[in-house]
Amino acid sequence: MTDQPAAPTADPAIEVAIEVVGLRKSFGDHEVLCGIDFRIDTGEVVCVIGPSGSGKSTLLRCVNLLEQPTAGAVTIEGIDVLDPETDIDAVRARIGMVFQSFNLFPHLSVLRNLTIAQQRVKRRSKDEAIAVARKNLERVGLAEKESAYPAHLSGGQQQRVAIARALSMDPDLMLFDEPTSALDPELVGEVLAVMRGLAAEGMTMMVVTHEMAFAREVADRVVFMDGGRIVEQGAPGDVLGKPSHPRTREFLARVLDPTHVPASNPLDGADAEAAPRSSGDQSPPRADGHGH
Amino acid sequence: MRRSTRQRLVRLGFYALFVAVVVLVAVSADWERLQRSFFRLDIAGEQFPDIVVIAAKNTVVYTAIAFVGGLVFGLVFAVMKLSPIAPYRWLATVYIEVFRGLPALLTIFAIAFILPIALGVRVPGGAVGAGVLGLVLVAGAYMAETIRAGIQAVPKGQVEAARSLGMSPSRTMVSIVLPQAFRLIIPPLTNEFVLLIKDTSLLYIAGTSVTTKELTTFARGEASTSSNATPLLVAGVLYLLITVPLTRLVAWLERRQARAR
Repeated sequence: MTDQPAAPTADPAIEVAIEVVGLRKSFGDHEVLCGIDFRIDTGEVVCVIGPSGSGKSTLLRCVNLLEQPTAGAVTIEGIDVLDPETDIDAVRARIGMVFQSFNLFPHLSVLRNLTIAQQRVKRRSKDEAIAVARKNLERVGLAEKESAYPAHLSGGQQQRVAIARALSMDPDLMLFDEPTSALDPELVGEVLAVMRGLAAEGMTMMVVTHEMAFAREVADRVVFMDGGRIVEQGAPGDVLGKPSHPRTREFLARVLDPTHVPASNPLDGADAEAAPRSSGDQSPPRADGHGH
Repeated sequence: MRRSTRQRLVRLGFYALFVAVVVLVAVSADWERLQRSFFRLDIAGEQFPDIVVIAAKNTVVYTAIAFVGGLVFGLVFAVMKLSPIAPYRWLATVYIEVFRGLPALLTIFAIAFILPIALGVRVPGGAVGAGVLGLVLVAGAYMAETIRAGIQAVPKGQVEAARSLGMSPSRTMVSIVLPQAFRLIIPPLTNEFVLLIKDTSLLYIAGTSVTTKELTTFARGEASTSSNATPLLVAGVLYLLITVPLTRLVAWLERRQARAR
């Protein structure tokens, strides 16, 4: 296998960054995604929310083929990633991915974490790779940590390095898989601040998150998933402010007030009586409501 | 207070037991006869310098070749055992089961005598070459399993992170997985190295000449010529002089690495 495949050329006229059609994914007998149609336009920031097990992370992982879909189509900037002819490594090099558990390479210094794929995949010279890496470390506010090893960084710092690592590949779009869920509450803010900055710069972002305040403030669109389906989507003010579906209302009520959880099966929001949300629901959900 | 007193008494009891055993052994041993059979300084002196410049040197050289060769075999078969292609997995399984299951002595014998007759293949390096190849095959089988376990112990997220950056499967293995796997398996690999040092004593089955003898064969020869076991004792001391500094060195390296991480 070569590390330098011919990079598929993106047509700048194509406005669709990610397009997913009829996507299904099963693990054994369990169907996690039951037919998802979904798209993200270039420059759009989309937050995907929903209860644990709703399939939102699986959907994200199907986009860069970390999970192989059972059926359906996934297109990245017009390239069919499920086509066996497609060089998936070349497509992935253009999609930045940030994981819940950071997944920094523990045997490499921070700087090397940022340069290794630039040199091995993008074939950049060492000097160029280091220059790009330093620029991105500065972007996430960790310029002084370049010679540290991941184990010596806090969770928030590790996640910022992970974002810088993804950015160093100059991706066209970024995927975030619950990027703050593994962090201590006091470290969430620094990571969200970096992501907020990215969104402001016009990066195309798909963010699976439990941070409702972030979704409300930063997202162009919020997608609510439950039971392997997209239940509703729309502007954050609509989905989070006046959700039309009872399952969305139930989920939001629980996220905003964990003590609200009814005695019935907490995952089955559809059957639970849709509790009226507390008055003054214009107030943004609290950022610490990521208790899943 | 009472409990600590009792603990002190118990500890004292164990010390006393230890001293008693040492004294008993010292008193009951026939020191003079021991010295006559195993500690003849004149015979020990006659072993030098050959036992070092020929025998010990050969032991170290054979071990090094077998270890490096075993590492290569182990790596190849470990990756094959994890291959998505079934025939590769089967081949690796057969190799590992056969050479881990057979006594090393039989493997060396087979390479040295059965292989040339059965296939007309002669291993370069003569008897020693055949013997060392046998050791390589055995070491490779053990190391394949060790390396496989090391590869599998690297978290899945590491592979996902590397692949999501666009690295190919082989690049991910070489740059991300193997460096972490080898850090994890330094202790079992050290163990394998020490076992190999001792297994070189089995090379005699392939046949040896004056210049190719390793420590044990050399010492056995000298012991029978002099009708005295002193050369075996000298060989034993030399084995420990090789293995103990090595294991101490690895332990030190590990501690240093643990601190750096």
